Order: sequence, then structure tokens, then C-alpha cells
Amino acid sequence: MLKVDNLAHAYGSHHVLDGVDLTVGDGELVSVVGPSGCGKSTLLRSIAGLVRPAAGQVLINGVPVAQTPDDLAVVFQDYSRSLFPWMSAAANVALPLRRKGLSRRERRDAARAALEQVGLGGAAGKYPFEMSGGMQQRVAIARALAFRPALLLMDEPFASVDAQTREELEDLLLAVRATHNMSILLITHDIDESVYVGDRVVVLTRAPARVVQDLAVDLPFPRDQIATRELEAFVRLRAEVGKLVRGRPVDKESQ
Amino acid sequence: MKAAGRLRRFAGRFWLVVLVVLLWEAGARAAGKIDFPAPSLIVARMRELWLSGPPSRLFLSDDTLSELLPGLGRMFTGWLLASLLGVVAGVALGRSAVASHYVEPLLHFGRAIPPPLLITPFVLVFRSSTQTQLAVIVFGVIWPVLLNAMEGARSVDRGYLDTAAVFGLRRHERLLRVVLPAAAPKIFAGLRLSLSLALILMVISELVGSDGIGYQLLVAQRNFDSPGVWGTILLLGVLGYALNSLFVVVERHVPGTRRSGPGRPETGGVT
Ligand SMILES: Nc1ncnc2c1ncn2[C@@H]1O[C@H](COP(=O)(O)OP(=O)(O)OP(=O)(O)O)[C@@H](O)[C@H]1O
Ligand SMILES: [Mg+2]
Repeated sequence: MLKVDNLAHAYGSHHVLDGVDLTVGDGELVSVVGPSGCGKSTLLRSIAGLVRPAAGQVLINGVPVAQTPDDLAVVFQDYSRSLFPWMSAAANVALPLRRKGLSRRERRDAARAALEQVGLGGAAGKYPFEMSGGMQQRVAIARALAFRPALLLMDEPFASVDAQTREELEDLLLAVRATHNMSILLITHDIDESVYVGDRVVVLTRAPARVVQDLAVDLPFPRDQIATRELEAFVRLRAEVGKLVRGRPVDKESQ
Repeated sequence: MKAAGRLRRFAGRFWLVVLVVLLWEAGARAAGKIDFPAPSLIVARMRELWLSGPPSRLFLSDDTLSELLPGLGRMFTGWLLASLLGVVAGVALGRSAVASHYVEPLLHFGRAIPPPLLITPFVLVFRSSTQTQLAVIVFGVIWPVLLNAMEGARSVDRGYLDTAAVFGLRRHERLLRVVLPAAAPKIFAGLRLSLSLALILMVISELVGSDGIGYQLLVAQRNFDSPGVWGTILLLGVLGYALNSLFVVVERHVPGTRRSGPGRPETGGVT
């Protein structure tokens, strides 16, 4: 589905990505973790065709990405600048559905259903400025889910929701992935989360980012917030990812 | 209950106006000069000029129908024309860095020309006084709309545009549902500025015409009708105030401009 090949990028003289390799298979959910400021959002923006990388390429189904690929949805880290403040929650969710050839009624129903899924059934008519940060973030998630993309990119999508909602949204993501066979790339700074939802966890180094480790997560499905997290394998994986993220200060000297 | 509350709020706000008028009345009577008439005199003259018609016509006098309304008609026509042109051109320029790079100096040059000066050349070009007046209004009021629309369309938040790109919005959807609403506060600020400017230019352009409030003002002055002169000026003040209030009400009801609470969206623009 997605193949990131030796991707490098710099803002001026500030090197952010330094040869990142990454794949996401059909229907796979890959978590990306890495220290703050290491270039995770830049990686995501390059995949979405919003940043033109300095070197390397992004392939979707074997085709190099030049502009924004079709059939892609993104949940941006900065949800407040990604929801349109002049539209209600439902209108925000329904807007991208126009190009899917749905009737007005179908769009509205799909928007309602998606809002329902993220626990905002009652807030369809609310405007972003009337909602808390966590609610806005959930609207952005609902918009991406309603779009039913082949590839979904999410940049710390659960950062500002409470713990309980977060768990519900993680399970929702797993369920949606299973029913609609979406491929998902999820950026997160939560190590537990990366392991809990992921089929694989990709760990990045501090900037300029490279892939330190690409770990397979062989935990059984369906995952369960309590049972899965108690598994020995989960605990071991979490410890390993944690070590990789914190440990090994970037071996700049050795290069 | 509610009406009483509203009345109290109204009184709480406008007592100063009442006080000023009373002081003016007293001052004018004490001075006793014919060129500094008391407000009561002015209002009486205003009634005579514009509201002495039959009740079937809402008391509007012949003068109102033949002088006031055509002028206001020209004003609105000119303003609407300029608004349309200004928004279309402004948004187009704002979305094109290359075009605005070349055109912007020209715009600032055009804006710097005091519109009243254009009456003379426009008379030569258009001959007809209605066309001249319209042209002066359009040329004079287009700048705030155009420059604000340009600025608004240019400064659309990257986050909005990225979202539009990622979800594959088509060109017209991006324009109508993202760029225009994002630029709306600036556009409305421009429209509002240009509306008050249109009133001023209407009067000035009528000083060369043969009807309208400006023309009435000229006639009153020639006839040493000082209550008439003051009345005309007062009427302009009232009209300006009414237009602005009307604009605020209309703006509040335009869909897609809600963004920061039940009040007016934040405005503030460039002229
Ligand atoms: N448009 C930009 N221009 C210049 N520098 C930028 C730009 N965007 C990001 N950077 C810099 O590039 C580096 C990586 O940014 P990026 O947003 O990709 O990191 P991140 O891993 O997503 O961080 P976080 O975990 O805090 O979200 C940071 O040092 C940031 O300051
Ligand atoms: Mg980021």
C-alpha cells in the first residue's frame, strides 16, 4: 500500500528526516513513535504530498506521490486549524463526502453516524468554537473515518482526549480498520498506545530522524483494553519500545 | 417587562445624545444667529423638505421621491457594482501570488487618487451626469473591497488549505467553502468601509449633477436657507448611521460567517 523510501528533508539547514524507510501493507496498522520534534509530522506531511521531500520518495500502490494522493484522509495534529470554524461539526464531517458522489441525505447520515461513533452524536449542530479541544479532535477523527479512505494518516489523534475516551477511540480505530480494511499510519507519543493498536511499531531517532527499529507486534486479536495490556508479550514490547525511544542518544558522533 | 428593559437600555445609552441636542438648542437660541439655527428649526425644515407628502405615500414629499431616492439608487448601484468587481478581482489576485505581485503597485496607485478629483475627467469621458456619478462612486469605493478581499484570500490559514487538499476538495468547493468563508471577515470589513464611502461620494458627485442630496445642499446654500443646509447634513448623518446598522444586521445573517460566538465575527481590515 504505502512505501516510504529513503526519505530525507530539511527546513533550511535544519535536517529533520535523514533517510526514513517505512512500509504499510494493505489493511495494516503501523504505529510510529519518536521523540518530540524528531520529524514525525514532517514525515506524515510528506506522505500526504503537502511537503516536497528533499530526497527519497513516497510510493502509494507503487506510484510515486507528487501531489496529494486520492483516497487519503488525514487527522492533523493541529485539529483547530484543520476544522473549518464556519461549519458545524456535521458539515465539517460531510464536506469531503461530496466528491464520493453521495446524495445530500447520504452525506448527512454518514456524518451523523461517524459523529455517533466518536461519541458526539449530540453535537452534530455545534460549531468548533462551541466545543472543547478534545471534542474538536474527535470531529476531525469522525471526518477521516466517514471518508473511508484506503490510507489513513493520523498525527497524534488522541492527544487531547481523556483517558477513557482515548481507549474507546483506540478500539474504534481497530474496529473500523477490521471492517473496512483501511491501511493506517498512526503517529503517537504514547508508547502503550503504539503497541496496543499496532501491527507493527516503527521507532524513530531524535532529529534528524531515521528508523531505529521496526518491531512486529504479535499480540492476538481482538485486542482488549484490560486483557491485552496484561499479556506478558505486551509488557515486554512496551518496555522494548520505551527503551528504544528514550535510549541510545542519536549516534551522531559515530557517523 | 421585556419592552421596559429595552427602553431602559436605550435610555441608558442615548441620554448623552439627548443632552447634546438640548445644549445645542439652548446655545443656538441664546446666540440667535440665523446661520446657526436651533435643532428644532432644522428638524421642522427637514420635515417640510422630505416628509410633507400625503399619508398614502408614507408622508414622503415630492422632493424625497425626485431628489433623495434617485441618489440613493445610484449609491447602491455603484456600491454593489464595486463590491462585485472588488470581491471577484480581490479574491482572484489574493489566490495568485504572481498576479498580485505585478498588480499591487497599480492598486495602491489607484487607491491614492482622491476620487472627487475624478469628477472632472469623468464628465469629459461620460458626458451624462448619471454615468459620471456612478463611475465616481464605483472608482472611489472599490479599493477597500478589493484590497481587503485580496488580503483575506491571501492570508487563508495553511491548515485550512492543507485540509482541503488532503480531502481532495475540487476547485470550486475550495473556493466557495474554504477560501471565501475564511476571507469573509476581511471582505465584510471592506464592504462596510466602502458603503460609508459610497454615501460621501454620492453627495460629492451630486454637486455637479442636477438632482440628489448634494444638489439640494447646493441649492439650499445658494438660497441662504441655513436650516436647509443643516438639515441636509443631518439627514446624511442619519442615513450613514442607518446604512451601517443595516449592514451589521445583514452581515450577521449571512450564512457561513459564524465563527467566534453569537456576536459579530471579528473584523478589522485595511483600507
Ligand atoms: N514549516 C517549518 N519550517 C521550519 N521548521 C519546521 C517546520 N515544521 C517543522 N519544523 C521543525 O522541524 C522539526 C520537526 O518538526 P515536526 O513537526 O515534524 O516534529 P514532530 O516529530 O511532529 O514533533 P511533535 O512530536 O512535537 O509533534 C522541528 O524542530 C520543527 O521545529
Ligand atoms: Mg508533530
